[in-house]
Amino acid sequence: MSAPTLDAPRSSRQLAQNNFEKNAWMFMRLSGIVLVVLVLGHLFIMNILDGGVHRINFAFVAGRWASPFWQLWDLTMLWLAMLHGANGLRTIINDYASREGTRLTLKGLLYAATFLTIALGTLVIFTFDPNIS
Amino acid sequence: MANTTARAKSPVGTLYRGYDGMWSWVAHRITGVTVFFFLLVHVTDTALVRVSPDVYNGVIATYKTPLVNLMEVGLVGAVLYHALNGIRIILIDFWSKGPRYQKGMLRGLIVIWLVVMIPGTYFMMLRTIESLFGSAS
Repeated sequence: MSAPTLDAPRSSRQLAQNNFEKNAWMFMRLSGIVLVVLVLGHLFIMNILDGGVHRINFAFVAGRWASPFWQLWDLTMLWLAMLHGANGLRTIINDYASREGTRLTLKGLLYAATFLTIALGTLVIFTFDPNIS
Repeated sequence: MANTTARAKSPVGTLYRGYDGMWSWVAHRITGVTVFFFLLVHVTDTALVRVSPDVYNGVIATYKTPLVNLMEVGLVGAVLYHALNGIRIILIDFWSKGPRYQKGMLRGLIVIWLVVMIPGTYFMMLRTIESLFGSAS
């Protein structure tokens, strides 16, 4: 005979089958630490140092992406920032969109935009051609 | 006054409800959403390097106009707050004395934010101010 079962609110706490929310929580903190360095470094170089945004043009980008170091920097920053931001928006949608349909629609849009942006950015970093005209 | 009694009983001054704890959290959400939407735009404009140098230089020229230049100051300010407050959140979560010093850490991050943003704004806006008010350059 099986043990008696209790209804949902009083049922004993089950061990989570997967720890997605806990992993997401940890990811926000770990990616956050890395992004502090990558993003603040990026903003300092692009917006403040040596004339800031006024010196940026195609040749400037070509010069930077000639180096694997900056390619890796930008690729890591792209993926971490997009996933960090997407998870943040997922949390906000879950908090404020109370209707099921609204929540699913907003999250669908969010995931589509996130996937497309990561795919586009990755493609551009890997296929950049400094001699394009 | 009934209202006062109710107020006294409510758990005022906890980590997140009311005052600094709540407002720093509100600001964290607002700056986070702002930066995320900018990211979607920014990856797309950078992708124009795959079209042609002229098209890319054309869109980057808008970043150099006075109004957008001012918005960049806002973006840097939003990112800097989000980064500093994110470090504060990590310290609250993982450092045993974090919750006790959360208020002090918030004051500290505001000071760091000002110390970085005041000269930062100057360097970001330097060219725009020169072009608007016509000093020799």
